[in-house]
Amino acid sequence: MTLKRLCTGLAIALALALGSGATLARGTGHIFVSSENDNAVTVLDGKTHAVIKVIPTGERPRDMKLTPDRSELFVIASNDERIDVIDLAKLEVVRSFEVGDDPEMFDFSKDGTRVYVSNEDDAMVSVIDVASGELVTTIEVGEEPEGILVSPDGRFLYVTSEVANMVHVIDTATHEIVANVVVGNRPRRFAATPDGAEVWVTNELGGTVTILDGRTHEVKGTVAFEPRGFRAEEVTPVGITMTRDGKTAYVTLGRANHFAVVDVASRAVRDFVLVGSRAWGAALNGDESLLFIANGLSDDVSIVDTRTNRVLRSVPVGRVPHTVVIDD
Amino acid sequence: MPTRLSLRLVCRLLLVAVLAFALPAGAETIRFAYVGLDKDARYDERRLQYRNLAQPFGAPFAGAEVALREARFVGQALGVAFALERATAADAAAMVGRIEALHAEGVRYFLLDAPGGMVAEVARATRGKPLVLFNVSAPDDALRQEACQPHLLHTLPNHAMQADALVQYVVSKKWRTVLLLEGPLADDKLIAAAFENSARRFGLRVVAKREFVLSNDPRLRDQGNVALLTAGPDYDVVFVADSDGEFARGVPYRSVRPRPVVGAEGLVAAAWHWSWDRHGAPQLSNRVERQAKRKMADVDWAAWIAVKAVVEAVLRTENASFDDLLAYLTGEEIIIDGFKGNRLSFRPWDKQLRQPMLLATHNAVIERAPLQGFLHQTNNLDTIGFDRRDSRCSFDGATR
Repeated sequence: MTLKRLCTGLAIALALALGSGATLARGTGHIFVSSENDNAVTVLDGKTHAVIKVIPTGERPRDMKLTPDRSELFVIASNDERIDVIDLAKLEVVRSFEVGDDPEMFDFSKDGTRVYVSNEDDAMVSVIDVASGELVTTIEVGEEPEGILVSPDGRFLYVTSEVANMVHVIDTATHEIVANVVVGNRPRRFAATPDGAEVWVTNELGGTVTILDGRTHEVKGTVAFEPRGFRAEEVTPVGITMTRDGKTAYVTLGRANHFAVVDVASRAVRDFVLVGSRAWGAALNGDESLLFIANGLSDDVSIVDTRTNRVLRSVPVGRVPHTVVIDD
Repeated sequence: MPTRLSLRLVCRLLLVAVLAFALPAGAETIRFAYVGLDKDARYDERRLQYRNLAQPFGAPFAGAEVALREARFVGQALGVAFALERATAADAAAMVGRIEALHAEGVRYFLLDAPGGMVAEVARATRGKPLVLFNVSAPDDALRQEACQPHLLHTLPNHAMQADALVQYVVSKKWRTVLLLEGPLADDKLIAAAFENSARRFGLRVVAKREFVLSNDPRLRDQGNVALLTAGPDYDVVFVADSDGEFARGVPYRSVRPRPVVGAEGLVAAAWHWSWDRHGAPQLSNRVERQAKRKMADVDWAAWIAVKAVVEAVLRTENASFDDLLAYLTGEEIIIDGFKGNRLSFRPWDKQLRQPMLLATHNAVIERAPLQGFLHQTNNLDTIGFDRRDSRCSFDGATR
C-alpha cells in the first residue's frame, strides 16, 4: 500500500519534472463529463462514445479543465470544497487540494502555476498555488460569483457576479479589481476571442450575451437570442465556447433546449439547434468538427456535427451533467 | 424577562442605526426604511414553536439587510450609496407618522411589515406622496383589489396566488375532489374563499366544507375532532384553511381516510422555502441564515426582493429621477431576479410582483408553479393570482 503510494508520488513528481514538453498521456481521445448528482466523472470513448469508465470524485463535481500541459484533468468537487486531479493515463483521482467554500468554476493562470476559483457562497475568488495547494490570496467580489476566465494574455481575470449583474475585471498581478462592468441579468460564463479583444459573457435571465471590450473593459455590444416558438423568458443562455480562430461562438440557451451559432465578427445568430433539456455546458473537440452539449435535466450529452449543425446522437451520461472536456 | 428587556433596547438602538457602505464623500444616498410594529403577534416566538408551513420564522428585516449588502458593487459602479434603517411604531397611525418623518428626511422606499388592515390604512394615508410602499408581509387579496393604491407594491404573493398554485398542483395530479376545513379566524375565511375561487377556476370539486374549532369540549367534538371532521363522503385531498396553524399541524395522519393534506400543512404554496436548491437559492438562504440566525421564509424573500427591485431600477436607469425610476421599476421592461428561475416584474393592474410559487413540504420543494401545461397568452406567471381580467383594482379615482 505504502509502496504503491510512493510509486504514484514518484510518477507525479516525474511527470511534473518533465514539464509540458514531454507529456505522458496526450490525446487519448477520451471525453470526460462531470455529473453533479453522481459524484463522478463519466469517461466516453472518443470514437464509439460508449461509457468506458466512471471515475468516482468528491461530491458534486462541476467545472473541469485540462492542465496546460494536458497531462491531468482538474475537477471541482463543490460540496467537498476541493479540486480533484484526475490522471489521464490512469483515469483515476491521484490527488486533491482544497479551494475554499462552495467552489463552482475555475481557470488556470497563463503559466499554469495557479488556479483562480469562484467561491459562490462567500462572494470570493480564491487564488491557489497548484504545486503546493496553498491559498495565495482571496479577492472579494459580488455575491454568487460563477464564470471565471483568464484573458488570453494572462493579465486580467474576469469574474461574473450573478447577483450584482456585473463582471469584475481583476488585475492578475495585483489581485485588485480594476473595473466593475454592468452587464445583463444573472451573468454566468465567458468566452474570449484569441486576441483578447472581445470577452463574451452570457446573461441567463437577461437572455442575451454582453460583449466587453478586452482593453477598455467597456460594454461594446449585445447579442439577443430569439429562437422561434419561444418566449423571451424561456431563453436562458449559460454555456459558451468559441472556435480557436475566434470566428464562431456557440451559446447554450438553457430552458429553450437549443444552442445558438453566432458569427463573432457580425454578431449575427446563424442558427438555432435543438438539443436536450436545459442545455448548459458546451465544448469543442480538438479539430472542432464536433460540439458536445451537456443537457443538465435530461442527463445526456448531445454530439453535434459543426459542419452541418446537426445533432449526430445523444449519449446518456450520469445525473445532471455539468461540463464536458475532450482529451484529443 | 431581562433578556426580553435587552432585546427591546437593541431594537431601539437599531431604530437609529443606519447601514451604509463606505463611498466617496458627497455621493448620493438612496435610502430604504423598514417600518414594522413595536409588537407584532405574527412573529411571537412562542407561537412560532408550532408555526405552520406558511408562517414566517421571524421578522423579515434580515432579508432587506442581505439585499442591501448585495448592492455594494452596484453602488460602487454608479457612485451611489444605499442605506437601510429600521423603524417601529405602535399602530397604523403611528406608522404613518414615522413614514412622513422619514420621507421628510429623504427616504423614498419603505418596506411595510404589518397585517393587511394596517397596510391598507397606511397606504390610504400616504397616497399622493412621492414614495413607494412595499407590502412585504400581508397576503390579503383585498390589498390587490378594492384597497389597492398606486404607490403600494406587493412583493409577497397573495392568497389567490397561493391557492392557484396549490390547485394547479392538485389538478395536475388528477386529484379531483377536496374536503375543505375552515378555521374560525377572519384570515381563515379569506384563505378558504381564495381556495374556493381557485377550485372553481381550475375545475376542482369541493365535496364538503366544514368549520373546525380548537377545542376539546365534547359538545363541539364534531368540529374539534379530526377523525369526525374527515369522515363522510370520499375526497382525494384535504385542504386546511388555518392562518394560525395550531389546528392544521394535527390534521395529517389523523384523518379517517388516507388522503394527503394541503394548505396550511402537508404541502404549502410558498414564495420561498429554505430547501429550494436551484437558481442560486442555497446561497441566498445561507446569507439570510447567517444574518438572521434562523432559516429563511416567505417574508424574508419579500423584503429582500423589494430592495433588489429598487437596486435593479437604479442600476438600469443609472439612478434616474424618482418618477423615471418608478416608471422603470413598475414597467414591463424590468428584469427582476428572484432566484426562482423566471424574470419577475410588477403587474401593472395591481402592482403585485408576478412570480413562481414553490410547493413545499417541511423539508423539500415538490414542484414550482405555474405547473407545466398551465398556459397564458402573454406570461404564464399570470396563471397564478389575479390576471388583468380578474382585477377590481382602480388606481385613479375613489378607492373605497
